[in-house]
Amino acid sequence: MTQDQRGTETNEGVLGLFVKETSEGPQELRPKQETQMEEFYLEEGYVLRVPEGDGVDLDEVDLDSIPDDETMIINMGPQHPSTHGVLRIMMELDGETILRSKPVIGYLHTGMEKTAEMLTFMQGSTNVTRMDYLSPLNNELVYSLAVESLMDLEIPPRATWIRMLMSELNRISSHVMWMATNGMDLGSTSMMIYGFRERELILGFLEKVTGLRMNHNYIRPGGVAADLPDGWYDDVVAICETIPFRVEEYQELLTGQPIFRERVEGVGVMTQEQALALSATGPILRATGIPWDLRKTMPYLYYDQVDFDVIVGSVGDTYDRYSVRLNEILESVRIVEQVIEKMPPGAYKTLDRKVTPPPRARIDESMEALIHHFKLHTEGYRVPAGESYVAIESPRGELGCYIVSSGENRPYRVHVRAPSFVNLQSLPVMLHGGLIADSVAVISSVDPVMGEVDR
Amino acid sequence: MSESLDIDHSVVFVRRSEYLNFVQTLRSQGFEMCADLTAVDFLEFKDRSLPEDVEAQRFEVVVNLLSLSKRKRLRIRVQVPDDDPWVDSIFREYPGSEAMEREVYDLFGIVFRGHPDLTRILMPEGWEGHPLRKDYAPGRVPVQFKEVKTTR
Repeated sequence: MTQDQRGTETNEGVLGLFVKETSEGPQELRPKQETQMEEFYLEEGYVLRVPEGDGVDLDEVDLDSIPDDETMIINMGPQHPSTHGVLRIMMELDGETILRSKPVIGYLHTGMEKTAEMLTFMQGSTNVTRMDYLSPLNNELVYSLAVESLMDLEIPPRATWIRMLMSELNRISSHVMWMATNGMDLGSTSMMIYGFRERELILGFLEKVTGLRMNHNYIRPGGVAADLPDGWYDDVVAICETIPFRVEEYQELLTGQPIFRERVEGVGVMTQEQALALSATGPILRATGIPWDLRKTMPYLYYDQVDFDVIVGSVGDTYDRYSVRLNEILESVRIVEQVIEKMPPGAYKTLDRKVTPPPRARIDESMEALIHHFKLHTEGYRVPAGESYVAIESPRGELGCYIVSSGENRPYRVHVRAPSFVNLQSLPVMLHGGLIADSVAVISSVDPVMGEVDR
Repeated sequence: MSESLDIDHSVVFVRRSEYLNFVQTLRSQGFEMCADLTAVDFLEFKDRSLPEDVEAQRFEVVVNLLSLSKRKRLRIRVQVPDDDPWVDSIFREYPGSEAMEREVYDLFGIVFRGHPDLTRILMPEGWEGHPLRKDYAPGRVPVQFKEVKTTR
């Protein structure tokens, strides 16, 4: 794919062509001489097939049969500092140019989808919040929305607005965290410190509201765990005033710097057709110029009542992905500013006694309240049989939750459609034809969170 | 099959033999993206409600397609029997389903025919069994705890 094709329309013909181009038959790595011309074209997106753990027995290798070509296969990760966790990438190199690559994942797999089948619906949010540890509130939100859609539960307006507030603050903290790690990957250590400073500002507020800095278990089926604390309004206003000022600093520190621009511009280009075909969502998809943001295109919560713009790029390179995230921080601040003005009084969780335990004070007075409290916290509530898929826009893309309930107090099956997991597939396409030194910038621009990739 | 296409968030049941053709048709009708692909093992939940013409099988492959132009989602549910668990791979229509099909193969043991690289993705290569199946008991493998030697 040349860069001239950037602006092409998303139509059947072009997309169909690409789909054909990525189907490449058996995934064996064969000698270069045997490769047909047709297969050379298919090299883009080709998946390397290297068995794990099987070392080569040197006695069995016939040295004469080794083809005399210049490519070599090297391994990056899983403990490489720029792979954002335990991502391992096999790369085929021709000199310094990357030909094919394959992400190898699973090092952080802990079977959280299986664990979710053992936990009650009420306990489930403690589990999903640990998947994407940079945006835990979004994970809880999508799980809660999926459970609520099965139960047809009515959520009070204040709870929904609080969810929006927390979700957007979490998006800001996730994006500044990405700014920080991306800066460090590209050698800008001051950006690392700056990004963590802003993240701390928001995590401080999240801690004040939820009691924890990460893995909050704050958004639960039925509403949120607690009302906003005293003085929350001033805290949020302070955040909203500080962040745009700090983003200005980022603009100076990174956007305006020729060294930074050199490293990211034109690197890891992905076209619209490729992004759609590879199911990429979030900033990666928007950087290619497709205005697809679930908050706008398929609104959930009250996103249809607030005013914000969907940020899109034009080229689909690493710089565009950086710009999209940077400007999304400002859009999130805009949303937060509207949310705090619209925050209504009222209940912060549903008053349905079958879902919400009675308040602590009632337990001392009423036997029924005590029974309800006990029943809900031991057995939990039952969710009608059925299945539901709910998707929201997490900082990394479409975060979906598919829940099957058999009518018991625990879900029959919980599946989380993790944006990082799916977005990682676009790495071979982005890396193809680039230099190995750029791979760090490209991997970082995908923003993979390995906890979510492996679940 | 066609009447449910008008619903905003619709579910369609497709036979395993018609699945690939159906996806190809949808692909040409403007469903640009395969948003999600997963499976469910209904071993312990046999009396689930299904349309009358659908014969319940142990596994169900669930595919979520997304149309950006129509702003529509469509969920396809395919019944897959226990004794011969396979479905056609939709990799050629949606290359983005590559990792998701591998995940389902890894965790459920459902074979995707025509998939270019059907190997384990989350579990280590050489792992026995498919963990998300309902008859795969967690805790089956005993964990060895070493005795801690105290100096006192």
